[in-house]
Amino acid sequence: MRQNILFLMAAVFTGILVWNMNTVYGLPQQVQNVGAYKIIYLHVPAAFTAFTGFFAAMVASLIYLGTSKLKYDAFAGGVTEVALVFATANLLSGMIWARYAWGIWWTWDARLTSMLVCVLMYYGYVMLRQAITEPTQRARLSAVMSIFGMAGVAFVYQSIAWYRTQHPSPVLGFREGGGMGPGLEAPMYWNFLAMLCLAVILASVRMRQAQFATEIDSLRRMAHNH
Amino acid sequence: MMYLRQILTIAGKDLRSEIRTKEALNSSVAFSVVILILFSFAFDQAEGFEAFLGGLLWLAYSFAGALVLNRSFARELQNDCLDALISSPAPPSAVFLGKALANYGLLLVVELLSLGVFAVLYDVRLSGKLPLLLLVSLLATWGMTVIGTTFSALTVNLTMRELMLPVLIYPLLIPVLMSAMVLTTGMLTDVPIATNMVWLRVLVAFDIVFTGLAVVFIDDVLVG
Repeated sequence: MRQNILFLMAAVFTGILVWNMNTVYGLPQQVQNVGAYKIIYLHVPAAFTAFTGFFAAMVASLIYLGTSKLKYDAFAGGVTEVALVFATANLLSGMIWARYAWGIWWTWDARLTSMLVCVLMYYGYVMLRQAITEPTQRARLSAVMSIFGMAGVAFVYQSIAWYRTQHPSPVLGFREGGGMGPGLEAPMYWNFLAMLCLAVILASVRMRQAQFATEIDSLRRMAHNH
Repeated sequence: MMYLRQILTIAGKDLRSEIRTKEALNSSVAFSVVILILFSFAFDQAEGFEAFLGGLLWLAYSFAGALVLNRSFARELQNDCLDALISSPAPPSAVFLGKALANYGLLLVVELLSLGVFAVLYDVRLSGKLPLLLLVSLLATWGMTVIGTTFSALTVNLTMRELMLPVLIYPLLIPVLMSAMVLTTGMLTDVPIATNMVWLRVLVAFDIVFTGLAVVFIDDVLVG
């Protein structure tokens, strides 16, 4: 059953990706005098996927603290790692675009800074997980860290936005003042869906690995006791 | 009432043992003075140096603070004191708040001593600015204390404790440190407080939110 869901996800992901690449290829080279804008089809969905992942991890952490079932911890851990990869992809693609459009790799702008802080925070989460060997202790402590991290992200995001901003204002239609133009937004949402599928696949792979790791660990303990 | 007395007992115990050994206080004051001296080479008192002053002061505070916070729960590991504390009738949140209160006092002492050194070394005139600086310090230090004490409890059983704590707390502390830096710099360069009110609000909100979170989740951290 689980295998089938994964295969289905992979098929959806590949389908959307191929279809989308075709669509994006046909789009104009410049929109509103901004060149190389097509990187946004990677950049923005990656950020969405990352934040969806971090949020899902927080929810799973809360559920773990309520139920003490290790599978929720495995989910939180796996999803955070995958989200971290997408957050990094978002940062790197943004930097490449900034080099093209602004002539610099990095600027201490609100969005860039808060994303970087967010990545550092969850990098700490992954480090914390690796530093604890005892499974239930790891689950408890990293669940608390995940919840604190999400609250921290909210604070960091808002306070840095007050501090300074230079980032192009949000372009998607559901925020005010946005709007890229007809036909330009749809591929972004489709890409978001595709990346979510990919994230689910990767997270389930990580969860399976976590499962095997616990099994190996318990086998080792059994062998040790004999 | 009982709860309050438990908090005060634990805070008193921590403060007493710190006053007797002074291990955290000495090292963290010395460290913050060293940092303040090192900064003088980084900035070399150049033109427009005032714009850095708030940031400099709070960096020194936060580096020195990590030393105090690191010790907070780690000192209970000897003779299994931590297990005794957890199994005592005081609920985990009282243990946490007591320790946080003690850390708060220690951090404020470290900050006060560093502030004197800072004012002398960088020729900062503090007269007339002290009440506001005190308010900012009280608010921002509580934020630092809550996060620091929570993560001190969270990392206490790790072998890499001293390394993990800074990695985990500094990203979380960014809103606090940023607000404190903006407010302090504004104060030292005579910017009217009205323009910086939003940062005062960030500090208050941060303190409330994270104190609440810490009190709710400290059971999971300490007991499980």
